[in-house]
Amino acid sequence: MHYTFTIERGNFTDAGQASSSVKRTLKQLGVDPVNIKRTVVALFEAEINAVAHAYGGTIDVDIDGEKIVMVVADEGPGIPNLDLAMQEGWSTASPQVREMGYGAGMGLPNIKKNTDDLKIDTQVGVGTTVTMTVYLT
Amino acid sequence: MTVKDIIEKLELKCLNEANLFTEVTGAYASDLLSDVMGNARAGQIWVTMQTHKNVSAIASLKDLPAIILVHGAVPDIDMLEHAREEEVCVLVSKEATFQVCGKLYALIG
Repeated sequence: MHYTFTIERGNFTDAGQASSSVKRTLKQLGVDPVNIKRTVVALFEAEINAVAHAYGGTIDVDIDGEKIVMVVADEGPGIPNLDLAMQEGWSTASPQVREMGYGAGMGLPNIKKNTDDLKIDTQVGVGTTVTMTVYLT
Repeated sequence: MTVKDIIEKLELKCLNEANLFTEVTGAYASDLLSDVMGNARAGQIWVTMQTHKNVSAIASLKDLPAIILVHGAVPDIDMLEHAREEEVCVLVSKEATFQVCGKLYALIG
């Protein structure tokens, strides 16, 4: 099964729709609740990261009997220092984003904790592609 | 202890009735959304002063039956609409986080 969603820059209002939709599908498929929770946390955080930092992007989700693969690809500033970005507490979020309760530097660590495989390809000035895999078995 | 029991004990105003008879397993207080995403557990009540739409989205994604907005906070219209769609109970307390959490801890801690 394949699903595609669009990410708009700064559109926090619709953020979470992809995660919501994927959660519904996984529930219907009878996926183990623990794996649903992990998937939803990772996807939501990746979605919010792209909304907060990038200029736009796409989310592609593939579900088969063995795994869920989520690819969040954005056009944006890229991540200049990935090691720093992975550190809990490090954030470059704007004051407006922080006011909403984001920007605590927990997004990428939350993604890492909740996925079995995480790959981040980033190029400064071009964009970032985050590939997250949750194994169902 | 159900959501309805907590509404009565804490004298909360209910802006969206949902999950009234759901058993509450605990509470989580935070205004940092990634903290809630990462650490809140299904069945907990979420105490916060954040009032935008992502709050109801997170409550729904994390299976949190109810949100208590503190200090008489007024939710954004789209947060309330989203809570209705996703069946998340939205409650308001006149009191601050400390008082609300103290009372919740005495009841279900």
